[in-house]
Amino acid sequence: MWYLCVFYHRLLDYRRPEVESLAQLFGAFEDTQNDEVRYQLQWKLPPHHHPDSPFHFVNLPSEQVARNIANRSILVKGMYELWGEGGSYEELKDSVLSYPDERKLPYLDSDSTFKITVDCFGKVISLEEQKGLILGLSYVPFKGRVNLRNPDHNFWLIEVDNYGVNNGLPPIVQKRIFFGREVGGADRKLIPTYQLKSRTYLGPTAMDAEMAFLMANQALATSGKLVFDPFVGTGSILVAAAHFGAMTMGADIDIRVVRDGRGPDCNVWSNFKQYGLPMPVGLLRADNNLPPWRPELKEVFDAIICDPPYGVRAGGRKSGGRKLLKGAVEPYIVPDDKRTDHIPSTAPYSLVECVHDLLDRAAKMLVMRGRLVFFYPVLREDDFTENHFPEHPCFKLISSSEQILSSRYSRVLLTMVKTGPYTDEIAEAARIKHIEFKENHVKWLEDGNLHSAVFSPADAQVTEAGDSKFGKDPKPKYRGKYV
Amino acid sequence: MRLLTHNMLSSNVKGVANGFPLRIQAEKVMEKTVEMNGDFLKKMFEKIDWKALVDASQAMGYTELPEEADSSMLDLDDFLNRFHHALLEIHLEEGALICPETGRRFPVSKGIPNMLLHEDEV
Ligand SMILES: C[S@@+](CC[C@H](N)C(=O)[O-])C[C@H]1O[C@@H](n2cnc3c(N)ncnc32)[C@H](O)[C@@H]1O
Repeated sequence: MWYLCVFYHRLLDYRRPEVESLAQLFGAFEDTQNDEVRYQLQWKLPPHHHPDSPFHFVNLPSEQVARNIANRSILVKGMYELWGEGGSYEELKDSVLSYPDERKLPYLDSDSTFKITVDCFGKVISLEEQKGLILGLSYVPFKGRVNLRNPDHNFWLIEVDNYGVNNGLPPIVQKRIFFGREVGGADRKLIPTYQLKSRTYLGPTAMDAEMAFLMANQALATSGKLVFDPFVGTGSILVAAAHFGAMTMGADIDIRVVRDGRGPDCNVWSNFKQYGLPMPVGLLRADNNLPPWRPELKEVFDAIICDPPYGVRAGGRKSGGRKLLKGAVEPYIVPDDKRTDHIPSTAPYSLVECVHDLLDRAAKMLVMRGRLVFFYPVLREDDFTENHFPEHPCFKLISSSEQILSSRYSRVLLTMVKTGPYTDEIAEAARIKHIEFKENHVKWLEDGNLHSAVFSPADAQVTEAGDSKFGKDPKPKYRGKYV
Repeated sequence: MRLLTHNMLSSNVKGVANGFPLRIQAEKVMEKTVEMNGDFLKKMFEKIDWKALVDASQAMGYTELPEEADSSMLDLDDFLNRFHHALLEIHLEEGALICPETGRRFPVSKGIPNMLLHEDEV
């Protein structure tokens, strides 16, 4: 059945993938006939709408699934059973009248309460006008009582007008009116509740709450699952996963960040306590380049979610500093008497190696169909295509969502599903690659420099000038991927 | 550090062939109640090295786990409770994990094992 899915006008690239991930979580793909696993839903746009429009139609197997998706989502403003639509109020009336009674009457009966909301995109209309529009719906036989606070049924009259292009939304060529019954919508109150401003323990690269929830949704975090973040930092991504009921585990190379924080009530643990969430089942100090998992352990995490250390300000480090840098000529040996208090030096960790390690570990440690969700930096001039994203024989890339950080840099949230087992051949290839990275440490750093040097979260300012990306698309003035 | 984490870790010092299980040196052990999730426990049971879990709980002063276990026991409430307790409710707050092969000491402080290697161990 087709539902009208109205999105918040934010993070445009993240909207459909979020719905599709949640569709998976709530079993929308379970009736698939053949063995081919689906990750995508059927979508349609209203006539003349741009893909960046907030209005989409999506085909979902049941109202229950539609409701579950909408209520758990972050970016779905409302999911509606559409009773009618048209280019004018006359057309809308004909359309609503021809919608089958057996679909309408159960929601109109005298025992129920209801509310009608008028929502106008592109222009502001007065309360008086709204009343007029509601009265105009008299052809719908509402028998129930009005309840504005807590109605059983929420009806929406949504008008999208032929507005200008400067209000931040893509231009709409034609007026369109929708009337429908709400089946669900995002609980955006989560975002102020979890906003970083309210977080006791913060770091410079803590993930903002909205994005952390989106990542947890891409990862299908839910009760009974184990979610791992190998670059846990202050734990902000795991906080979102724990909110959705997942068990969480995290590692970080920096002991001050992961263990000490800023005191007994200001550390990774307290970030969970603050929201009444269960503590991570494990936090450890470990290097993603040399993870301390026992060799037989595999397929233990349901999802791995992370924001790897890229860039100048929060660039990655890996074990073996002085030794790696000096090369094999004169290996550095830690003197025995210094061993206990010795602080191991680290070497810079190139982006290529970091991503290689992440994919290789994830391929081994994720359950089949488990998800790897992580950010990947891109230079916008690259005019990138999916081919530029990291690949691995065990993974299928199912979505890539761009967020523009500045005129030059973007970050892309990649969602990958483990579709193949981690075989001995793959493990052997990874082992050889690991040695190659180590032996050619300096070369890799230089090669990887381009990518890792350009991406710095410190530059996360939006500048619209010099927008080469939009060069092909003649100057859209709406906010597009910036929002 | 809970025993679930202990069960997943090994010493990865260069050249070590059998870094698992790490021996526990307990200085401060704590118990914290955690809500039980049967599905999670059943999934984890498949991944756990049982003998290592039994030995680790003993090192932490908990001796109620049977020496042997198989998945049919997961239907018994009593077994599930003990498994849950051992896996998730006993914490090593302070102490160390010792590499069985080299004796390398990985300190655990404030509940967090420090598994980072020295430069000459990688
Ligand atoms: C972009 S930050 C992630 C921040 C995190 N999402 C948060 O909420 O605070 C990257 C983290 O990776 C850590 N890191 C850098 N190199 C690492 C390595 N080789 N292994 C594990 N962690 C590493 C850094 O200490 C930093 O905390």
